[in-house]
Amino acid sequence: MSTNASNLLYLVTIVTFILALRFLSNPAHARRGNQIGAAGMLLAIVVTWVKVGTTSWWAIAIAMLVGGGFGAVAARKVLMTAMPQMVALFNGVGGGAAALISLAELHRILPQPGAPKADISIAIVFSALIGSISFSGSMIAFAKLQELIGGRPITYPAQQVGNAIVVLVAVASGVALAAGVQDEWLLWLLIGAAAPFGILFVLPIGGADMPVVISLLNAFTGLAVAAGGFELENNVLIVAGMLVGASGTLLTLMMARAMNRSVANVLFGAFGQLQTTTAAATAGANGTVRPTTAEDVAVMLAYAHKVAIVPGYGMAVAQAQHDVRALADLLENRGVEVTYAIHPVAGRMPGHMNVLLAEANVPYPALKEMDEANDEFPRTDVSLVIGANDVVNPDARNNQGSPIYGMPILNVDRSQAVVVLKRSMNPGFAGIDNPLFVEPNTMMLFGDAKESVAKLAAAVKAL
Amino acid sequence: MGHTTLLVFEVTILVLAIFLGFEVISKVPTLLHTPLMSGTNAIHGIVLVGAMIVLGQPDKSAFTWIVGFAAVVLASANVVGGFVVTDRMLEMFKKREPPKGQ
Repeated sequence: MSTNASNLLYLVTIVTFILALRFLSNPAHARRGNQIGAAGMLLAIVVTWVKVGTTSWWAIAIAMLVGGGFGAVAARKVLMTAMPQMVALFNGVGGGAAALISLAELHRILPQPGAPKADISIAIVFSALIGSISFSGSMIAFAKLQELIGGRPITYPAQQVGNAIVVLVAVASGVALAAGVQDEWLLWLLIGAAAPFGILFVLPIGGADMPVVISLLNAFTGLAVAAGGFELENNVLIVAGMLVGASGTLLTLMMARAMNRSVANVLFGAFGQLQTTTAAATAGANGTVRPTTAEDVAVMLAYAHKVAIVPGYGMAVAQAQHDVRALADLLENRGVEVTYAIHPVAGRMPGHMNVLLAEANVPYPALKEMDEANDEFPRTDVSLVIGANDVVNPDARNNQGSPIYGMPILNVDRSQAVVVLKRSMNPGFAGIDNPLFVEPNTMMLFGDAKESVAKLAAAVKAL
Repeated sequence: MGHTTLLVFEVTILVLAIFLGFEVISKVPTLLHTPLMSGTNAIHGIVLVGAMIVLGQPDKSAFTWIVGFAAVVLASANVVGGFVVTDRMLEMFKKREPPKGQ
């Protein structure tokens, strides 16, 4: 196939990708868009297959079967609650593939006569650097989300020194390569430094900050793929990679804004550290916690006009979304208006709660974004907080000493009554005091979220 | 087309893609941010095209064999996994619930 013919067909693929993203603006068409994108991807694969011709076709076929088979099985088997780590995993392998392509390209062009072209060298360096960081960083994010390693911020002595050394090595070898030093080992050195940097850079980041990190790693892989397009002089890689780069960047900024922190602060701030110095500024559990029973809460809910359910990561961990939906059904059958108030950074990735509730068949018009939900809280009889903590912490509004001061929150404390479902009085993930728990209109229902919600549903049924 | 001309052309489409990307993505509601992330994940699986080109080179060294093979495996996992996961997610977003069974 001529280059012109293949480039024209690649253009068709590019158009399908843009359509796929455009269709995502409406949940009613989004699935169709994804299918169009998949068809475009298939076209690009067939075109490339024909282009490459008979060379090693069987090796390509075997590799595709192995990788594709793994991807299909993993994607089919994964539980919706495990979606963040699956997204991290697929993101990482893409970055890894981009880094490997850089290695192979440098290996191919170095023996050729004359110095490699500067722009190709720069693209190789960039793709290898960003791709390796994305690969190792995503694997650590995967391990954290899968709870193979602790989710709390991990810090260690001489962290900054360690980071500085690997960054220095990576940058120095990258600059040397870009400047035209023709030595393949420099790229190995670069990858050998960039990969540990990815690990060191994600390890200290706490689980609550994961939405920012995952978005950023997503952008990284996109940029690495776009740089791969420059190496191979391939338009579809450039455009598709850059679309992902733009999307990931935008999401990163949105997530950071939803926490009222700069991206740099999220990445290098080690959230938990701030807390130890400012804990004294918060008043502590300065009031009484009122525990309640499922029966009492059931009565409140059943005779309310309007109930807002506020889910958080605790709902995902307990896999309580189906029970929540069942409870909401019972309430709706009694004429109670039930809505869901979703904070942008609730959970471990952007939009995490929406996906879980959609899995439980909650119709999406009932899922309210933060601003809309906040308008409705004063008219809400009961807010049912299920496994959410920092995103409903009034200290973010009132206490300048709090580490989350300034973060936009869901103002559940403005509703008539608040019921918090919580495992125990242990501080939440970030270890920050939450005065919501001792407010006069708050009651605590202790226990596993799934069990508590099931008990509530049983009690409502019994009324 | 000379190499520099090609490069300028490539940079042009890169810059246009940045603006197009921001434009299109900013219209995606927060409701769909997870599918957006996994959908874009699937799209960067296009790196498979690059991996196929690497593994499909004639007269390659053992090194290129290994690296190219690994790249195709990783990129295929990315493509298939990305699209399947996104499809599973988007399938769940429904406006009205099916008739209630309870």
